[in-house]
Amino acid sequence: MNIGVLALQGAFAEHLHILEKLGIDTRKVRLPEELNGLDGLIIPGGESTTIGKLSMWYDLGDAIRKFACEKAVWGTCAGMIVMAKDIGMDQPLLGIMDIVAKRNAFGRQVDSFQTDLYVPVLKDGKTKPFPAIFIRAPKLSAAGADTEIIAKLDDGTAVAAQQGKMLVTSFHPELTQDTRFHEYFVNLTK
Amino acid sequence: MSETMQKETGSITVKRGLAQMLKGGVIMDVVTPEHAVIAEKAGAVAVMALERVPADIRVSGGVARMSDPGLIREIMASVSIPVMAKCRIGHFVEAQILQAIGVDYIDESEVLTPADLSHHVNKHAFKVPFVCGCRNLGEALRRIGEGAAMIRTKGEAGTGDVVEAVRHARAVLGDIRRLKSMPDEELMAYAKELAAPYELLKETRDLGRLPVVNFAAGGIATPADAALMMQLGVDGVFVGSGIFKSGDPARRAKAIVEATTHYDNPEILAKVSENLGEAMVGINVSSLAEHEQLAGRGW
Repeated sequence: MNIGVLALQGAFAEHLHILEKLGIDTRKVRLPEELNGLDGLIIPGGESTTIGKLSMWYDLGDAIRKFACEKAVWGTCAGMIVMAKDIGMDQPLLGIMDIVAKRNAFGRQVDSFQTDLYVPVLKDGKTKPFPAIFIRAPKLSAAGADTEIIAKLDDGTAVAAQQGKMLVTSFHPELTQDTRFHEYFVNLTK
Repeated sequence: MSETMQKETGSITVKRGLAQMLKGGVIMDVVTPEHAVIAEKAGAVAVMALERVPADIRVSGGVARMSDPGLIREIMASVSIPVMAKCRIGHFVEAQILQAIGVDYIDESEVLTPADLSHHVNKHAFKVPFVCGCRNLGEALRRIGEGAAMIRTKGEAGTGDVVEAVRHARAVLGDIRRLKSMPDEELMAYAKELAAPYELLKETRDLGRLPVVNFAAGGIATPADAALMMQLGVDGVFVGSGIFKSGDPARRAKAIVEATTHYDNPEILAKVSENLGEAMVGINVSSLAEHEQLAGRGW
């Protein structure tokens, strides 16, 4: 089992740290050939415009699209934005998942927040809430028929979804000590 | 699942978290909305909205203050990436104004003329996160103790000379390397020596790094400068005058972004460093009189 983390910019070290704690072999991915042999890829939180542009400039767009046809991919926050088919703004996207995301959907940094979120697909997810940290976070404004919404805020805002082996979260499991989302993703790569 | 979820804003986690999202990136000084758009297109992770870049503050002299809130708002409206703005050291009302505008980060900065010669802003009192400058580990931990959610080494702003950025990064990271091997009984004496809060010093030792993100600033003018700072071990870079005081800002900005990502790949660094046009002229820090050096501001 070897999971890569896209290391162009953002909180990739935090993802690597949790994966290593789970005993998973990891690799930083900055160039297309670094995807070879991986079982899964995480696209971390960061600035989606920066991550999208660097992916395009270094030919990672097509390489990740091809990778995602067979392997598991998880995007957190900025990662969710670049995985989306559409965000209603002009910036480079991978467009690998049938979702529409809206950037900065909760406002600017002063509106960033943390909350307890029930995510039933996780281990003990119906009884033990997940500490969800939203930083200038996006939301899911639409999802395709074969995409399942796996977490919502109280007001019904969709903040996590899965389509086959692809996973997106508006929030940052990599900033917490709770490893359940990473364990869930590791299972998707099998 | 019926209980209502509480949303907590302005927590330490949320404030430090935005800095974690900026890691591996370049934060660029901009003075107009047009500059901000150029920076965003070049891949900046955030912009610092200013009336004058540090090189111009040096030339024009006088008292340097918080920028016009109208200008900051225009810059915020022009880009989708986070916007930072500077307040004077200790000027908590400028900070209140910047929070009211809704900037994403406040830089309590030595580049502006200090408003208080003994005290910094109590940054715990704000919802908006702060970044502060430092020259050594003690100064970094004092700022974190006051509530800074991000640190940057000061360097010497507006010079285009990387020598002070290197000195300050080596000082902070070198002190942490020594600290990591220090036994418990030596920590209090070291805290006293550094004039650093004991608990934060202990936390830094246990983590093996600062408890917040640490960028480099002050004098970075080329892709190689940015990669140098990254290889020394900082989390990202601020580029002030180095971009918009150069011959081809758009091209240089993009090259510095690429160099910050691929900082340990000399082939890519060579490629992005080609044909960038004139770098900012710069000032040798060694030619500056002590009163002309901004890094000494901060207590």
